[in-house]
Amino acid sequence: MMEQEILYNKIFGISGKDFANAGSVSVKIKKILKEIGIKPEVVYRVSICCYEAEMNVIMYARIAKLNFTITPNEVIIIIEDEGPGIENIELAMKEGFSTATQEMREMGFGAGLGLPNIKNNSDEFKIETELLKGTKLFFKIYLN
Amino acid sequence: MKIKELIEKFDLKVLNEVFDPGREVSGGYTGDLLSDVIANSKKDNIWITMQTHLNIIAVASLKELSAIIVVMGREVDKDAIAKATEENITILGTDLTAYRMSGKIFESGIK
Ligand SMILES: Nc1ncnc2c1ncn2[C@@H]1O[C@H](COP(=O)(O)OP(=O)(O)OP(=O)(O)O)[C@@H](O)[C@H]1O
Ligand SMILES: [Mg+2]
Repeated sequence: MMEQEILYNKIFGISGKDFANAGSVSVKIKKILKEIGIKPEVVYRVSICCYEAEMNVIMYARIAKLNFTITPNEVIIIIEDEGPGIENIELAMKEGFSTATQEMREMGFGAGLGLPNIKNNSDEFKIETELLKGTKLFFKIYLN
Repeated sequence: MKIKELIEKFDLKVLNEVFDPGREVSGGYTGDLLSDVIANSKKDNIWITMQTHLNIIAVASLKELSAIIVVMGREVDKDAIAKATEENITILGTDLTAYRMSGKIFESGIK
């Protein structure tokens, strides 16, 4: 396969428990996409996916790197965290399943809709996880 | 309906600033679960909620909601107001419950 041309790449750090900056990486990514002139529908879908992934790192993991790439055909996001990992991916993907704490629920988290939202708003989606090590989330949104 | 008209009609409290009084409000969404709002609200919706935490601002910003109405006279966190101002998100307040506020707005023609 031919290597894809990279038009833009940036790596962001996300820290677990950092509720004060929750969503800020997603808001930055959204601004970058808008400035570049990516079409609104794509910007919208990337923003939703990034937000849910970012929040999951803040809620469940210790730390993560978010790798954001734009190629001529797609937006590619890879988020690799150090954290507890996901015990049962199938269960975690179910709408309504959540291990959010009471405190998180009071802030409005824990609907168990985050991962389903990512799946529904991306064109390709994959999770890899290892218990007690961490989780790697990979998704793509096509530009056309 | 424009935000400005909505504020006047329902006597809403303006908790930070009205950044774009002429912005059209198209439809609304009522809910307190952030991922639900992310999944089901639409651009330019007015968002009715009892959440007052900082995290509502990112949701409104990412989903391009027209404004947030915080119900039941709940006090919005200071850092949430500061963040909203930074992101040009208008936060409004009412003493009504979410049910009554939503009903009134719906009745006024924003569906
Ligand atoms: N990065 C992660 N590390 C460890 N566990 C995770 C991670 N992401 C998700 N999970 C697990 O998967 C569950 C489902 O995640 P999902 O994002 O769908 O819902 P939620 O975060 O619980 O609630 P919501 O996203 O609606 O606020 C979580 O409750 C958690 O147990
Ligand atoms: Mg989540």
